[in-house]
Amino acid sequence: MSIKKISKEQPDKFEFTLDNLEKVKKIINKYPDGKQQSAVMPLLYLAQKQNNNWIPLSAIKYIGKFLEMPYIKVYEVATFYTMYNLTPVGNHFIQVCTTTPCMIRGAYKLVEACKEKISPNENELSKDKNCSWMEVECLGACVNAPMIQINNDYYEDLDKEKTLKIIDQILKGETPKPGSYRGRLNTEPENNRKTLMDTKNA
Amino acid sequence: MLKDENRIFKNLYNDKGVDVKCAQERGDWINTKELCSKGRDWIINEIKASELRGRGGAGFPTGLKWSFAPKEVKSRPHYLIINADESEPGTCKDRDILRFEPHKLIEGCLIASYAVNAHVCYIYIRGEYFNEGEKLQKAIDEAYQKNLIGKNASGTGWDFDIFIHYGAGAYICGEETALLESLEGKKGQPRLKPPFPALIGLYGCPTIINNVETIAVVPTILRRGSKWFASLGKPKNTGSKIFCISGNVNNPCNVEEEMGIPLKNLIENHAGGVIGGWENLKAVIPGGSSMPLLPKKTCDTITMDFDSLIQEKSGLGTAGVVVINNDQDIIKCIARIARFYKHESCGQCTPCREGTGWMWRMLERMSRGEASKDEVNMLMDVTKQIEGHTICAFGEGSAWPVQGLLRNFKKEIEKKNNFNPIIKQSKNIPYLVDQHLLDKKNA
Repeated sequence: MSIKKISKEQPDKFEFTLDNLEKVKKIINKYPDGKQQSAVMPLLYLAQKQNNNWIPLSAIKYIGKFLEMPYIKVYEVATFYTMYNLTPVGNHFIQVCTTTPCMIRGAYKLVEACKEKISPNENELSKDKNCSWMEVECLGACVNAPMIQINNDYYEDLDKEKTLKIIDQILKGETPKPGSYRGRLNTEPENNRKTLMDTKNA
Repeated sequence: MLKDENRIFKNLYNDKGVDVKCAQERGDWINTKELCSKGRDWIINEIKASELRGRGGAGFPTGLKWSFAPKEVKSRPHYLIINADESEPGTCKDRDILRFEPHKLIEGCLIASYAVNAHVCYIYIRGEYFNEGEKLQKAIDEAYQKNLIGKNASGTGWDFDIFIHYGAGAYICGEETALLESLEGKKGQPRLKPPFPALIGLYGCPTIINNVETIAVVPTILRRGSKWFASLGKPKNTGSKIFCISGNVNNPCNVEEEMGIPLKNLIENHAGGVIGGWENLKAVIPGGSSMPLLPKKTCDTITMDFDSLIQEKSGLGTAGVVVINNDQDIIKCIARIARFYKHESCGQCTPCREGTGWMWRMLERMSRGEASKDEVNMLMDVTKQIEGHTICAFGEGSAWPVQGLLRNFKKEIEKKNNFNPIIKQSKNIPYLVDQHLLDKKNA
């Protein structure tokens, strides 16, 4: 189990924007009548997106009222799942996968790169307050190891130098291209393809 | 090697595009109505005859699972749930299906829902696969537009809706009952079974839960016939399967191959061989991190199917093959897996919540050579205390890789950790105590 820190500085109020309220309606409609509690995860996610990639306690209260759930039930969900950030993270949130398949292909070199460029410790904002990084468990792109996730995008087939370059670009405010950094097509065996040859380059 | 014409996932690497038109060119959605019109019993019997086993890890016969759903819908609606919470280290096959073959999955959902009398299907995707989920949503929207799903889906007379539900980074939600809890808006802690979800599942209603790959192969099986599918692979281990080969190989990749392919063939032929040559191989984890590793001498001859791997005290699991060569410290590799399980334990059952942490701390010290002689046996004991004493299979999943290490590399661990315990036995330390916590110098 992982321990979640709750931010000490909390905004007083949280409300969904009108745009998001529209989305909320759609989300709740996905579930049967009276089962609106099912929407708690997507709503927390939406709140996180609206609030600069982290969820304040006021949002947890707000969602509880919204879905007619006890506050503690929403809190329980928000603290259980690792993807809900309960403290501010960088606008560019870098997650380095270090589970065994990535580790044996050099994931800790990528961690070094993050330490050099962003901050010496995990979950610490960079100097310009724009970026933070953390080690995470398997992100499910094992054949493209080692890899990092920046916000929603996967950057695959990396090494330390490539990671340094990517982080540099991000610190400059550019968006590097996601995908494989060895130029291979998704999960195909690089230069060794023996299957589905008739569709290749077709 | 499996012939290209027998491959189900023709767009595994996205050579051709994913939209509905490309999918139809590959044969999806061609005669869905016709397939459904042959009736529920025919569909379930075909799947039973094909001997398709679930691709999510446990290898449960799919046709049998479907037949557990009540035959008639009574007061409670039925649900179909697709488990796309792919988080097993070493596995990344469902990701490619979600992003490159979404229509196979959607069509499979329709057919499976029809077979088990469900009007609604939820696809539970892990939160990290946000882009993959967006791609799938696009494909679902397309299917709605063309009336392939929705009211009177594909002209079958069956109303059918699909919704995506995102997870938020909890490995345990890949366990089917934890997934149900999560979908109901609670924290993902597994339920006791029985009752099984087929009778009492989502919102207390009959629910069938299948892996992405299982459902995505269904339309092709029905189209080409159960005999064709059963002719691939071995008896009881039929068909083809996507293998994910990662780790110390020259060309890590996903590839669809026949069940029962020799492991050596898979690694040498598709993944370009072990880095440093076959002789440099140390061990292979054959089915995602939960499965015990195989030492090199087993890897020489083993075939990749459910039953042969069980005989070797391992398992096919999700077919995520992690290759580890001699350049790696095997203890460190398993210690990292133990850390994964410590992080992902849901905390419901004490043996797992506490035991996963013990295993991790002991293995970390063993990898540094800081454990004492008797701790090697103690570690085995800890795994035995976890295994079989938890609500869900997470306990086994966390204990097995450690047991695999101890079974095959015990001598190596003992060589590295061979000093006597600092706390003498005469002190009568209670059974199963983390010794390093009592004596910080030894930590």
